[in-house]
Amino acid sequence: MDRTLLDFWVGVFVAIGLAALFTLALKVSNADSFDQGKTYTVKASFNNIGGLKVRSPIKSAGVVVGRVSDIHFDNQTFEAVVDFRLSDKYQFPKDTSASIMTSGLLGEQYVALDAGGDSHNLKNGDTIRITQSAVVLENLISQFLYNKAADSSSQGNAGNAANPGNVPAAGVKP
Amino acid sequence: MKPGNPFVRMGHATLEGISRLGTATRFLLQILWRSGTSWRRFHLIVREIYSSGVLSLIIIVVSGLFVGMVLGLQGYQTLRTYGSAESLGVLVALSLVRELGPVVAALLFASRAGSAITAEVGLMKTTEQLQAMEMMAVDPMARIIAPRFWGGVISMPLLAAIFSMTGIYGGYMIGVRLLGVDDGAFWSQMQSAVDLRDDVVNGIIKSVVFGFVITLIALFEGYDAVPTAEGISRATTRTVVTSSLAILALDFVLTAFMFKGA
Repeated sequence: MDRTLLDFWVGVFVAIGLAALFTLALKVSNADSFDQGKTYTVKASFNNIGGLKVRSPIKSAGVVVGRVSDIHFDNQTFEAVVDFRLSDKYQFPKDTSASIMTSGLLGEQYVALDAGGDSHNLKNGDTIRITQSAVVLENLISQFLYNKAADSSSQGNAGNAANPGNVPAAGVKP
Repeated sequence: MKPGNPFVRMGHATLEGISRLGTATRFLLQILWRSGTSWRRFHLIVREIYSSGVLSLIIIVVSGLFVGMVLGLQGYQTLRTYGSAESLGVLVALSLVRELGPVVAALLFASRAGSAITAEVGLMKTTEQLQAMEMMAVDPMARIIAPRFWGGVISMPLLAAIFSMTGIYGGYMIGVRLLGVDDGAFWSQMQSAVDLRDDVVNGIIKSVVFGFVITLIALFEGYDAVPTAEGISRATTRTVVTSSLAILALDFVLTAFMFKGA
């Protein structure tokens, strides 16, 4: 085969291959600009993190502002300590609260940040004090069933059957 | 000691296997050592990229398209049961980029290009072309083996990327155009679920490793073939069988290393 023609086809092949690689990188995956930008890390401890994982998104008002960078267990307080890596573009007041939410009924879990009203912002290495643990579906259901049972056994025993769909108390710490 | 003794046979087979493995490793080191010439005369590698990459393009594109379309159909059936048909993009893209792209492309590459390499090198050995080159002071390692090796190593990741991309496009055709999954949800859920480093780059690493292993096995079997017609046919069969098994086993090992806990 003619050398030029051969070079041409190999060139076409390599170009298609590289184009496929670029499309995979840019259109299919989240080569999000977030990873390259400057970040700062804050901590928060939770009683129960449910199914939260490293690299789970951190959202505020539904916008992804960072990712979970590390999760470990504190052997002194018996709580899970979660490190948040937040983008420098987003600053939050010191009294921001963090809660673990589920997207959809069975979807992945994420951390929701609710901004507070403090005039000082969170800095690198700070700790978020107000946290709310993940809602464990089994606890919710058992509590509901327990209340139902209490409800039916104490029929007429008015006043004792309040709050049937009782959500477990939020683990709010001072 | 009779030669038919089962222990004798077992020991013989073990030693044979180890010695072949050692020969193959020395073969690999020789290829790497003599690669300089083929990189300086780059058109040698270009020619091999043509024969193992460009000529495999059709089978890769067609199979990628069909694999993606089947994934789209099957995934839609299951996901619709749980009311999450929009996640079809995630399913198609993740299964292609992580597993099916590198593995199926490598299996096709082994049977399309690997067998051709073995047959070619085996026939060169049988017809004593390799010895003839040595007599003319042309190093067959540098002139014949090394360019084929690098051609395969370069072609394989490109073919795997093309396979994944056409597969995703096939899934898109079926999911969005035929079954009516929302266009925006298909792409946006895919983008939020597929990670560049954890999924795409790991898939590329896999395909580079597969290209390395397939081409090495194909060249070694050809170079090591018994110089008869039957020997070449056996070597070609062994290339396809060994490299397919190596791909599947290595895929498991690489996956276990890459996707732990995620």
